[in-house]
Amino acid sequence: MGRKLLLEKDKVEGIRFYDVYRREGGYRSVEKALKTLSPDQVTDEVKKSGLRGRGGAGFPTGMKWSFLAKPEGVPRYLVVNADESEPGTFKDRYLMEFLPHLLIEGMIVSSFAMGSKNSYIYIRGEYAWIVDILEQAIAEAKDNGWLGKNILGSGFDCEIHIQRGAGAYICGEETALLESLEGKRGNPRIKPPFPAIKGLWDCPTVVNNVETIAAIVPIINEGGEEYSKIGMGKSTGTKLISACGNINKPGVFEIDMTISVEEFIYSDEYCGGIAKGKKLKACIPGGSSVPILPANLLLKTAKGDTRLMNYESLSDGGFATGSMMGSGGFIVLDEDQCIVKHTYTLARFYRHESCGQCSPCREGTGWMEKILLRLDNGQGKMSDIDLLWDIQRKIEGNTICPLGDAAAWPVAAAIRHFRDEFEWHVLNPEECLRRNYGLAHYADPRETLVTA
Amino acid sequence: MTFSDDKLKEVERIIARYPAGKHKSALLPVLHLAQQEFGGWLSSDTMDYVASLLKLEPIEVYEVATFYSMYNLKPVGKYLFEVCQTGPCMLNGSDGIIKYIFDKLGIKPGETTTDGLFTLKTVECLGACGYAPMMQMGKTFREYLTEEKVNSIIEECRKNAAANN
Repeated sequence: MGRKLLLEKDKVEGIRFYDVYRREGGYRSVEKALKTLSPDQVTDEVKKSGLRGRGGAGFPTGMKWSFLAKPEGVPRYLVVNADESEPGTFKDRYLMEFLPHLLIEGMIVSSFAMGSKNSYIYIRGEYAWIVDILEQAIAEAKDNGWLGKNILGSGFDCEIHIQRGAGAYICGEETALLESLEGKRGNPRIKPPFPAIKGLWDCPTVVNNVETIAAIVPIINEGGEEYSKIGMGKSTGTKLISACGNINKPGVFEIDMTISVEEFIYSDEYCGGIAKGKKLKACIPGGSSVPILPANLLLKTAKGDTRLMNYESLSDGGFATGSMMGSGGFIVLDEDQCIVKHTYTLARFYRHESCGQCSPCREGTGWMEKILLRLDNGQGKMSDIDLLWDIQRKIEGNTICPLGDAAAWPVAAAIRHFRDEFEWHVLNPEECLRRNYGLAHYADPRETLVTA
Repeated sequence: MTFSDDKLKEVERIIARYPAGKHKSALLPVLHLAQQEFGGWLSSDTMDYVASLLKLEPIEVYEVATFYSMYNLKPVGKYLFEVCQTGPCMLNGSDGIIKYIFDKLGIKPGETTTDGLFTLKTVECLGACGYAPMMQMGKTFREYLTEEKVNSIIEECRKNAAANN
């Protein structure tokens, strides 16, 4: 049984409500921070913890906080990114739905460290019922003196506000999120300036993921040093993984980043194995943007080491033979699933979500979608596969924000590792229409690596 | 066209979340409110009303309303089925759910039944991948969909609609 820091109490009855949450030790980190630490000391604890942003990029949180500009007389803002929209990812939803006070508690401590008197939660519009849950938690926290003026007599004032998005994946990108919070289209901004200098309403701003902010609570309670001892290497602490696809037990799991991918998939404590007794074919381990890996490269690295569920191990081998931890959206495909069709749905997703600002992304995502659709329908040509490869290469790195990369990577990885499945679609147009699924033999870990 | 006094107070509460002069930030929440109050979609009149209420140029409202997928720019049925079709839902059979709704109600994505009760819309990932296949219906998610479940949702909607008439 792995160490649990965030979901330790998620099954306690009534934990969603203040009284139970407090009785179970909630809001201790606010007491500790506001009564015994200075804002800079809180930031130091976060630095010591080694916590990396849980939204997908994995940037060290303490370092991000330390970049925050503090000009005299200018307000600073903490904005929590709850625009969880990366396909395969539903961990923040779980945290907010079942442990809303954990997020509020983490936000108060983080706001104190940054000097943010008005902090915002930007939540995706579709999570409408969670807005009610969070609003109730905020009201309860305020009634009990954890928000408002002069919290715990410390002189620190803080309010938390919720902003609902309206259906746009791009608003998970931090500068698009800020544009949206300002009442505009979610078009990402050109960086620099970074939000830490010029963010919300041109004021210094830190944007952090929900899980990142929740992790501040155990970091302050246990101390940054203790937190950093959990996990391994630069993957400290615990990570929430949302597992889905063809597995027996889809859901949200907290892991301590020392377990193997194999254990995560097959252990009853986590995914419980592949559904319907089928074999594992492939997996996208960190949300739809990160490279898909065939079973053999998923369970072991190219060097033959056991692959572990952490930042370093998942990216071992680079994009040639590895993937990324990303957002922790773990999508499992069984032997009957078609890589071409699956990649098509992801390409369609990115076309739908492109904001349209940069031509490589606006035009490229639509083009890739069209080609993948005709390949999936058995109307593709061999040259389409190279064309797809060419288009994704021309999108990657040529856009203002990472959505272009996010759209390019899944297509690149699918061709890199499953090229003969694409070719099969061209060579067997009738059969791929009739069966509409791919080549099961991929499910058997192969002896030699196939790379494009 | 105007909000009720209650809703106008809600608009004021929304604007109070932001610093003075930053009322444009209220646009997304107020558009949600307007869509809810004025028939489930945003007509040009509704958008112009929101513009005047927030002292914005109408174009500022149009460009936002057309950017975000949750704002409906044409009328929708009383019950809107928004079925997710992205990767993880596809792996768990969302195509079959969309086809079943077509067989049952005779509507393709983007269409509304002639009685005005149901609209089908396909959407991209709603963050319910572990509980797939799923659809959004109003404020709630309907998850682990099966044909039987879709059937009972349709019946439930018909019953509610009949009771309200």
